[in-house]
Amino acid sequence: MLSWFTHHFLAPKSFYKTSWFLLPWLMGAFIIFFVYGLIAGLFIAPADYQQGDGFRIIYVHVPSAFTAMAIYLVMAICALLTLVWRIKIAAICMACSAEIGAWFTLLALVTGSIWGKPMWGTWWIWDARLTSVLILLFLYLGFIALRSVINDISNRDRASSIIALVGAINLPIIHYSVIWWNTLHQGPSLMQFAAPSIAPAMLHPLVSMIIAFLLFYAIILILRMQNEILIREIKTEWVKRVIAL
Amino acid sequence: MFSAFFTLMQYEIKITLRLAYSWLTPLLFFVIVVSLFPFAVGPDPILLLKIAPGILWVSALLAILISIDHLFRDDAQTGYLDLLLLSPHPLSLLMLSKIFAHWLTHCLPLIIISPLLGFLLHLPANEEYALVMSLLLGTPVLILLGAIGAALVVGIRSHGLLLPILIMPLYVPVLIFGTGALMAASLNQPINGYLAIMAVLLLLSLAFAPFLTGMALRIGVNQ
Repeated sequence: MLSWFTHHFLAPKSFYKTSWFLLPWLMGAFIIFFVYGLIAGLFIAPADYQQGDGFRIIYVHVPSAFTAMAIYLVMAICALLTLVWRIKIAAICMACSAEIGAWFTLLALVTGSIWGKPMWGTWWIWDARLTSVLILLFLYLGFIALRSVINDISNRDRASSIIALVGAINLPIIHYSVIWWNTLHQGPSLMQFAAPSIAPAMLHPLVSMIIAFLLFYAIILILRMQNEILIREIKTEWVKRVIAL
Repeated sequence: MFSAFFTLMQYEIKITLRLAYSWLTPLLFFVIVVSLFPFAVGPDPILLLKIAPGILWVSALLAILISIDHLFRDDAQTGYLDLLLLSPHPLSLLMLSKIFAHWLTHCLPLIIISPLLGFLLHLPANEEYALVMSLLLGTPVLILLGAIGAALVVGIRSHGLLLPILIMPLYVPVLIFGTGALMAASLNQPINGYLAIMAVLLLLSLAFAPFLTGMALRIGVNQ
């Protein structure tokens, strides 16, 4: 059963075909969540009592940070599947996720910086969370750099799987040591506005935006994976037929 | 099995010691980088004392990063690495032996000379102690993590600065707790907590890194 699943359903060829049916559903769901999140976030949610309308950047910032971390988790799981079971589609998924993840990490940093300027009075602060996201960006870039210099596809997948796994093991350690480092060096004088909870009227659009961002990732991922599958299997009959159409 | 561990280690140490260039370069690099800082930030003893933990740790980290590139590269060129991969002994054990030999020949000299450099930066005795202890616990972690990266890029001809880019983000925790120990010592606080956490990092990387290095090496030599 399991081997049938991995060898037939998850074979690049059948994935290429089934993913076409998935795409419209994902896009429909993305539009619903995105439009609701945007309208409710920008117009319906009440302004923050301290930050006014400035807080609304949260609806871009938090979803991109969340998606950036989720993508690294997906990559780490795919890396394990690649190294241990050599599932082709997992390697393709990992390869296609990296650039998307790096862009979301950059987006989280940039939006955080734009949010930080009016609220904290500075574009950048060596805050624990900001710093761990910066290191996440470095991990993504290292992964991409390693892939770019290895020519053989199978070696490229396996080598980058190892670095993805090492990064995934290290990321929690880095995160907690950065938190410790930050509390050692400076008190939370600038972060005290962070409320322990968030009002439901603000929360619902946020959750909706997070789901929308994850769906967006899934859509872009599938499109990229379809491309990658065609490139990797260019010599097979079915790809020649697909391209000829 | 363990005789293989020690034989390989002896062999590695002998080879390295014969090529003085190999183990002296990181040491010289460390000394020169540390002595560049007073020129860059000024000779003010108070300022130097304040940033000494950062100077010493970052310079040691860079020196180790430079040395680690040679961990597998020369062996790959002579074909010696292929023989290691064909050996009937567990690859993780051989990797551990190689890594340990590399630490003895490349890191231990740095640690031995570090109190002297600390002396030049006006470190008091308790900070010197913290420096040596934190380097003793921290540098093996740097080597262990670096070995994974070195194994991955061993077959790539023009890899340039790829290895530091891959590995440096992973060095953040060691850097934090290493300099943290020195800063605590400068405030006359106990440093055992920092050393304990660094020991944890060391045990974790001892458990995972030799295995991952072996795996990475099998992939790396195929390129």
